[in-house]
Amino acid sequence: MRLKDLRHKIMSALKYDRSLASKEIKSDCHSDSIPPTTCPKNPPKMVGGAFGKKTSRRAAIGLAGGGVGAAFAFSACSNMLDEETKDKLGLSWEEFFKKNYRLMTDQEKGETVKRIEKLAKVKNNEIINVSDTPAKDGVLFGYAFNISKCQGYMDCVEACVKENNQDRESNMQYINIFEMENGNLNIESGNSKYSHEVPVEGKFYLGTQCFHCEKAPCIEVCPVGATWKEPDGIVVVDYDWCIGCRYCEAACPYWGRRFNWGAPQIPNEELNTEQHYLGNRKRGKGVMEKCTFCIQRTRKGLQPACVDACPTGSRTFGNLLDPNSEIRYIIENKKVFRLKEDLGTEPKFWYYMD
Amino acid sequence: MTNLLFHFIKDGILHALKGSKLYFTWLISLVALIGIGVFAYSIQISEGLKVTGMTDHVSWGLYISNFTFFVGIAAAAVMLILPAYIFNDADFTKVALIGEGVAVSALIMCLSFVTVDLGSPEKVWHLIPKLGYFNWPNSMLAWDVLVLNGYLALNLLIPFYILFSHYRGKEANKKKYFPFILLSVFWAIAIHLVTAFLYAGLPARPFWNNALLGPRFLASAFAAGPAFILVILSVLDYSTGFKIQKRVISKLALVVAIAAQINLIMLGSEIFKEFYHPTEHSSSAIYLFFGLHGHSALVPWIWTAISMNIIATLMLSIHKLRENHKILMGLCIMLFLAIWIEKGMGLVVPGFIPSPIGEIVEYSPTLVEVGITTGILAGGMLVLTVLVKVAIGIELGTFRSDAKDAN
Ligand code: SF4
Ligand code: SF4
Repeated sequence: MRLKDLRHKIMSALKYDRSLASKEIKSDCHSDSIPPTTCPKNPPKMVGGAFGKKTSRRAAIGLAGGGVGAAFAFSACSNMLDEETKDKLGLSWEEFFKKNYRLMTDQEKGETVKRIEKLAKVKNNEIINVSDTPAKDGVLFGYAFNISKCQGYMDCVEACVKENNQDRESNMQYINIFEMENGNLNIESGNSKYSHEVPVEGKFYLGTQCFHCEKAPCIEVCPVGATWKEPDGIVVVDYDWCIGCRYCEAACPYWGRRFNWGAPQIPNEELNTEQHYLGNRKRGKGVMEKCTFCIQRTRKGLQPACVDACPTGSRTFGNLLDPNSEIRYIIENKKVFRLKEDLGTEPKFWYYMD
Repeated sequence: MTNLLFHFIKDGILHALKGSKLYFTWLISLVALIGIGVFAYSIQISEGLKVTGMTDHVSWGLYISNFTFFVGIAAAAVMLILPAYIFNDADFTKVALIGEGVAVSALIMCLSFVTVDLGSPEKVWHLIPKLGYFNWPNSMLAWDVLVLNGYLALNLLIPFYILFSHYRGKEANKKKYFPFILLSVFWAIAIHLVTAFLYAGLPARPFWNNALLGPRFLASAFAAGPAFILVILSVLDYSTGFKIQKRVISKLALVVAIAAQINLIMLGSEIFKEFYHPTEHSSSAIYLFFGLHGHSALVPWIWTAISMNIIATLMLSIHKLRENHKILMGLCIMLFLAIWIEKGMGLVVPGFIPSPIGEIVEYSPTLVEVGITTGILAGGMLVLTVLVKVAIGIELGTFRSDAKDAN
């Protein structure tokens, strides 16, 4: 094959559709010098977002990367690689070189969400629905926990794991329930490893998780800005931007963060397919995660899974800016306290008793 | 000029590959250890960090411990640079290059340690300003990335300029490199303080969150670093034609002794604060020194370190003993190991135990971690060996550009 032909072929292979909808594009594969027999039966489907757009410096790298990926995918055409592999390669490249979520335009956010859905389909045969619903104006989420009501059943823990697609292998849990001695509010003397029948006479129960601090130390320390506070007060992690240094985990005074030490394992049938980019979508190996106040639910107006699951009604979640909300009532009328107030982290998580 | 540069690098590599049988055995064993490290790292890459002993409770371990310690070693090069270039002490000028070599190899180890500690190393480009998102000046880790790379650049540039001049048979122009020397002196202090602030800036961890941490880092670094350099110098003195003046040795030994004394005073005041009236915040120290609720993995280590530290410091304070070369070497090695344990595992790990909500989970490194760490240490030694070999070759005049190359 002459060099000119080769160049022509690569050029035509790079002519992807700009929109991310999985439109099919006819490949020049069979029209050129490659004999039809070596081509896959269906014309290759290619989906790409980075090409033919105005690009930033980063995207330019992504483009170069994508180009390599695409060229590779193209040359693979004659090697009878199926279209899925090509999709996977191209999409993975673009995913790898995308920006920090905070810096993306709304359009880019939409594109990456589509790519993630597509990749889940081609890689794992999962049909998922990833949302990028932004925060609503006039909303600041907060949480209250009634320590006189909680009986330590841990239904919340189970619901949380299921809702948020946490790694089953390492038994990762966002929520800890501490069994505490009556008369001692010191969390450090509590026991979160109990496995006996509850409630026990003379004990009370107190749950912890990420408290979504207003002045969160975990955010300051992140060297790449992979974790931040959303306008509605939820502290989130961009799983695709986190480099896994675990500085935030060292900085959290409440042990609110969890790390994916291996690749998370979730049985396909247990996967929660209603997902959010900043919430319960599948995490990769070597990235940080944490409670997101069930962002995939609460931004749609639902309650977090733990609140729904609690049989005793110890958990209250709501909008702190709404004067008529239950959470506001609790904060204004009950004797509330927060953990380690002296650190100035301003958790949006209050404890109270009746 | 480019031609000459090319020859310089080529000659340098060739020169590094010349040597006795012993030298080669040394090189080959280092390469073998690096191989073990690479193999171990390949396991970690494919399985994830779950092959290490780290957990959500103790989320930094052997890697970050070593990182912390070797930042100190890198900073300590300043103890040779200061007298050599700023006080114009002629004896030190000759050995200053060795100090810079130590700094370079220590920094390479540091950067490797942070990199192998990352969960997603393929995403390090996120750290590059503009291309990624560099959270500076907020994150102390961003500062650390900045100062470590800057210090590495300085310590590569200065010796390179000096050696390249000597290679061409010229004197290096001090006016040209002096500003960089001055900068590197401040920079050395900065890398160590910034690394201390990485820990001291976390109110979540009372064990680290104290104002003494920075100064104590410096004191222990200025003890362990020169101690290490002293050992290197006497190895060179013994095995090469590069003779070290006795004055250099005894001056450096004095530096080690004083720094070790200051370090010990600070250790004493830390221990006083933690144990005179122990509070909730003393749990980590209690865990480290005496064990907590039956968990005491670090207790034997810290007492070994402290006893070695005290013995070495006391003996180094006695003039007669310090002047005896053999004893001095023994004490230097002892002090080095003591501070390695104390500044490494003894500082990083207990900061995580108990967890901020009071749970105790202990840590011990796995074979994979030990393998990777050994590989990085060997890599550092290899870099040091090659740099020092070339520097000595040039300084002794056995390795110079021929007139015909120099034009
Ligand atoms: S609880 Fe911890 S992880 Fe959550 S916002 Fe506060 S500091 Fe960050
Ligand atoms: S682990 Fe991830 S989110 Fe946490 S500080 Fe490091 S890069 Fe940021």
